[in-house]
Amino acid sequence: MSAEESRMEYVSNHASKGTIRVLQLYPRDMNIYGDWGNALVLQQRIRWHGYTPELLEYNVDDEFPDDVDIILGGGGQDSGQLIIQDDLQARGPMLRDMAEDGTPMLVICGLYQLFGRFFKTSSGTIIPGIGILDVETHGSSERLIGNVTLDSPEFGEVLGYENHSGQTTLGPSVRPLGMVSKGAGNNSKDGHEGARYRNVVASYLHGSLLPKNPAIADFLIRTAAERKYGTFLPGHPDDGFAMLAREHAARRPR
Amino acid sequence: MFSFSVPLGKLVRAASRLRGGGSAFPGLVVEKIDPRFMQRTLSSLPFGVAVVSGTNGKTTTTKMVVELLESQGLKVFTNRTGSNFTRGVAAALLGAVDWRGQLDADVAVLELDEAHAVHFVNMVQPRYSLLLNVLRDQLDRFGEIDKTAQLLERIAVKTTGTVVLNREDPRVLRIASSLKPQADGGPSVLYFGLDTSLRSTFPNDDDMRSSGSDTSAASSPTAVDGSDLPPADVVLRRVGTQDADFEFDGELVSTRMKLRGVYNIFNAAAALALARAIVTASGRQPSMADGDRLVKALSEVAPAFGRGESLVVDGQPLDLVLVKNPSGFRLGLKSFPAEGYATMIAINDNYADGRDMSWLWDVDFESLRQDGVDLVSGVRAYDMALRLQYDDVPVGGVETDIPAALAAFISGAEGKPKRVFCTYTAMLAIRRELSKITAVEVVS
Ligand SMILES: [Zn+2]
Repeated sequence: MSAEESRMEYVSNHASKGTIRVLQLYPRDMNIYGDWGNALVLQQRIRWHGYTPELLEYNVDDEFPDDVDIILGGGGQDSGQLIIQDDLQARGPMLRDMAEDGTPMLVICGLYQLFGRFFKTSSGTIIPGIGILDVETHGSSERLIGNVTLDSPEFGEVLGYENHSGQTTLGPSVRPLGMVSKGAGNNSKDGHEGARYRNVVASYLHGSLLPKNPAIADFLIRTAAERKYGTFLPGHPDDGFAMLAREHAARRPR
Repeated sequence: MFSFSVPLGKLVRAASRLRGGGSAFPGLVVEKIDPRFMQRTLSSLPFGVAVVSGTNGKTTTTKMVVELLESQGLKVFTNRTGSNFTRGVAAALLGAVDWRGQLDADVAVLELDEAHAVHFVNMVQPRYSLLLNVLRDQLDRFGEIDKTAQLLERIAVKTTGTVVLNREDPRVLRIASSLKPQADGGPSVLYFGLDTSLRSTFPNDDDMRSSGSDTSAASSPTAVDGSDLPPADVVLRRVGTQDADFEFDGELVSTRMKLRGVYNIFNAAAALALARAIVTASGRQPSMADGDRLVKALSEVAPAFGRGESLVVDGQPLDLVLVKNPSGFRLGLKSFPAEGYATMIAINDNYADGRDMSWLWDVDFESLRQDGVDLVSGVRAYDMALRLQYDDVPVGGVETDIPAALAAFISGAEGKPKRVFCTYTAMLAIRRELSKITAVEVVS
């Protein structure tokens, strides 16, 4: 047994406040620009808060696991989006029920777009989304790329890196994650970034998003723990490096 | 034929050298005055032009091809200074031609950045191209990996003689199917490849992070079994600490290698395949003796600037390992095991490094957990420290200022061999500092 396994065993047998199951959606085809970092951060912070993480993944044609507490989805290339499209449509109603029911979810870039109503490519093809979020995305020839800073009413200053050519507009039943102070965000006009609906957080920010924005990671974990165990008993993660990384990142050029 | 632009360009070149100016400026001048200068000069070469492109390893591979060809007595023109764009080639040409615009060379071997290579091949059709890989690099410039593959494909399509492809990279391998068959005037295609036993050390970016800490290439069917891969002209069979086995012409050849790192040595197989193609076409059939000379030349190739360079500081080796994308970093960690070494990591995010730090999250740092990292430095030192924290790697200290960090690292690890993983501009800063205390090769 490795040190890691014995530590996990110790935690689960003696001290764990409970298990939190994190599911990565389509990590094989939708996982680009460090989206894996979000899964790693949840896994570690769940542990640092004294719970036991279980990291699961779901790829096209897999059996969908039960009792998922947090769902994570990343970005992908056009080819990746084509591969998952049919499977995502088939899973759509179930994912929609989970979102309505309050399951915390984080979707980045490509899966943010596909959690919306549709993506219309610049050549006019319409790729249907699963409609969890009241947003629509239109392909464009302009690539929005670079460091981003935004102000979120819930999470404070959020930092990351965007790289997309889809222009997303929000409908009335979602609110933006925040207003950009540097960078483009959802589109090149509106000045806002991401979308919030129930416990779903959607964003274009890679970076990865969660390491430098632990407030969002802890929101997902807290929500999952409260839904499952009634309360969340936080631990004391050391966020010294995260705070310094944020300070330095905020000073970098676009 | 006398061309007025050449003497003028050479004057500008001399003048901008005196001023300490950039190497591309004279190229810009000659491009404006005489846009056909480059095409005219390069098309006069008896054995044509070879273009080396791909996301990782262009510089070292180009250097190897040049040294291999020189070992066969060929005169080679190359863009040695790392001006891997069209104007840089024009500038290098100006330095190499005589006052009448004549280039005294048999063949040109040019390292070209993917996007610039496309621009270049539209002006000068290469007789050979060597396409190394499509990795997650500089995505903030080209948007997507698949687009980078399309750029390489356009280089291949313009190639008149032989295209040499990495059969282990699915995106590069796929380029073969977009070429006209030889019977219809398309180029011939050669491959370089890896032994099955080495494939797991060469993950492609699609395999990078399928799950947890599993770093194998398991999710790519071709990478595991390889039975549907085409036969390769040169195969890297084995890599030892200071030697390697290559297979070509049905024979296994063992040789010592000055190059370090599995990754560089795989590029040696690529260089060998291209050099063999050029030598064969030049009419110098590689007889047994010539094959030996090629391998001997290969064993003597030293790493290019910053690519696995080893210096001596306080009587101990100090390795500089350039890392600029996730696969490069992972290969660096695999090729240079941490045990017994003091480790420093320096991460900058200047334009030449790429602004996006996401890539650090696509690298697994578990191999550093045991010994820890002594110092983390660079503009994005805290991003790196945070990354290490999430992999449970102990961090000895963080100092964003590179000269200060390097001094602390060297004095803190006295009597120990040292290794620094660094991004491009961090490496420049580190070399500048090291040149004050030890002999560092000067790059012209
Ligand atoms: Zn994206």
